[in-house]
Amino acid sequence: MKLTEKEVRHVATLARLRLTQEEEAMFGGQLSQILDFIGALNELDTASVEPMSHALDITNVYRDDAENVKFPADFWRANAPSQDFGHLRVPKIIEG
Amino acid sequence: MNDICFLTLSELMAAMDKGDVTSAEAVEAYLGRISKVDPELNSYVTVDADGARKAAIEADQRRANGEKAPLLGAPLAIKDLMATSGLRTACGSKILENFVPPYDSFAVAKLKEAGAVILGKTNMDEFAMGSSNETSYFGPVKNPWNMEKIPGGSSGGSAAAVAADLCAAALGSDTGGSIRQPASLCGIVGLKPTYGRVSRFGLVAFASSLDQIGPMTKDIRDAALLTGIISGHDPMDSTCAEEPVGDYLSGLDKGVEGMTVGVPDEYFIEGMDPEVESKVRAAIEILGSKGAIIKRISLPHTKYAVPTYYVIAPAEASSNLARYDGVRYGYRDMDADGLFPMYLSTRNKGFGSEVKRRIMLGTYALSAGYYDAYYLKAQKARTLIKRDFQKAFENVSVIVAPTAPAPAFGLGEKINDPLKMYLSDIFTISANLAGIPGVSVPCGLTKKGEPIGLQILGSYFQEASTLRAARTLEKEIGFSDEKPRIGIQTG
Repeated sequence: MKLTEKEVRHVATLARLRLTQEEEAMFGGQLSQILDFIGALNELDTASVEPMSHALDITNVYRDDAENVKFPADFWRANAPSQDFGHLRVPKIIEG
Repeated sequence: MNDICFLTLSELMAAMDKGDVTSAEAVEAYLGRISKVDPELNSYVTVDADGARKAAIEADQRRANGEKAPLLGAPLAIKDLMATSGLRTACGSKILENFVPPYDSFAVAKLKEAGAVILGKTNMDEFAMGSSNETSYFGPVKNPWNMEKIPGGSSGGSAAAVAADLCAAALGSDTGGSIRQPASLCGIVGLKPTYGRVSRFGLVAFASSLDQIGPMTKDIRDAALLTGIISGHDPMDSTCAEEPVGDYLSGLDKGVEGMTVGVPDEYFIEGMDPEVESKVRAAIEILGSKGAIIKRISLPHTKYAVPTYYVIAPAEASSNLARYDGVRYGYRDMDADGLFPMYLSTRNKGFGSEVKRRIMLGTYALSAGYYDAYYLKAQKARTLIKRDFQKAFENVSVIVAPTAPAPAFGLGEKINDPLKMYLSDIFTISANLAGIPGVSVPCGLTKKGEPIGLQILGSYFQEASTLRAARTLEKEIGFSDEKPRIGIQTG
């Protein structure tokens, strides 16, 4: 399984990553090698095997939708990369 | 003062109970030793000297007032992916370099409730993705037994800090071996509990169906003590088990008489280090000589564990790490023009190579047209791996196997070959896929003086029997007397 440069760029866009050219080349080779290795799973006959998403038989767990963590007043000031007047500031969203 | 640092957690607690040492003295001893040893070792990314001193004085006052708590005044270290209220939690990553959580993770809150003092946060592979600690944004950790070697990963900082006596004990997390493998390579004890035993609330998510928090300690008693404290149901983690918490301490010394111990053929493979094989086999003989019934078993799907893991873990990671977008917290590329370009360059500059590699791999495996071939296939293979263990545990109480195929490898040796790096977890990954508990315990040194560990795997929620078997070996092998030379000369 050889990933083309185009595929690498497509996956990077899906993953919201802007790779450098060197990274595209490096990841292309490495991911192809890893996918070949993963291809060993095709040796397994899994036609009648149920998929497993979780180790324990727990489903539909509910709790009250109550506020459990009180954010300190200065949390956003301490952690937000950019803010003004108590609001998060983001780069321009709409062109024009 | 070094003498205090060399005590196990349980010994230190006993010394405090007797009034021989105060928490403030213990904290000063550790801070002094950290400042001497850690500039080279790099096991801590944040040392909270002020916070630890303050908490120690409070603990000493509570003790003076007659209060009792199982960890009152105990100086511990926390892997830097568990949220600590008001104390930076960077997860080995540039993208969280300045993140200060507003709350404690469940496990940390449990430790604090029990009276523990947090010395600081330990170094780790970025987002816990790595087997050598070399992917950390904060630089690699070194192995206290040999500074040219890696400590293992991803909880390499916690393992090195415990091995070098820079804390009484530590917490780590294990997604594919990240507690057990570094514990093995650093000559300490590390337990990965059953999936769901310890709440993941406040644990930075890597692969949510595999991640589990556990103790990294100087001996089995300490591991049992901490497991009891951090376990239990938590409504804030919907995958946290309601199973009652066992008594892990009282049965520790009951031995292995009559216990059936499985030895899987698939864990003694061509290419494994001969010294590792011989030490592990010698340990199995010890269990036999102590009355355990040794039984050869087969876990036929073992060889599919690494490929299964490298679909499932990256798939879950690619989804979990989508939250790091530079908007609300964490790093943002301030030079980017426009929202979408900001996402792209923030993530590309904020994440290191290994994290990006796994996000790419996971995104690919989940993308349209490939889901069935990769993700669904791996989920089915995971069922087969789980069934192997379920079948084995019908006939044996615990399974014994090497933790890692070789002792610690050299710094830089595998960092440019991802696949080679992934294969260093070949023996630990299955337990995460199945969700069963496993404890790594030292079983000797190589001729060159490097630690070798073995793991004891148990069935779901059978932490007590894995700890009991491990304790038997610890007593017979006497490894806890061994110490790395680091910092001993410098006093």
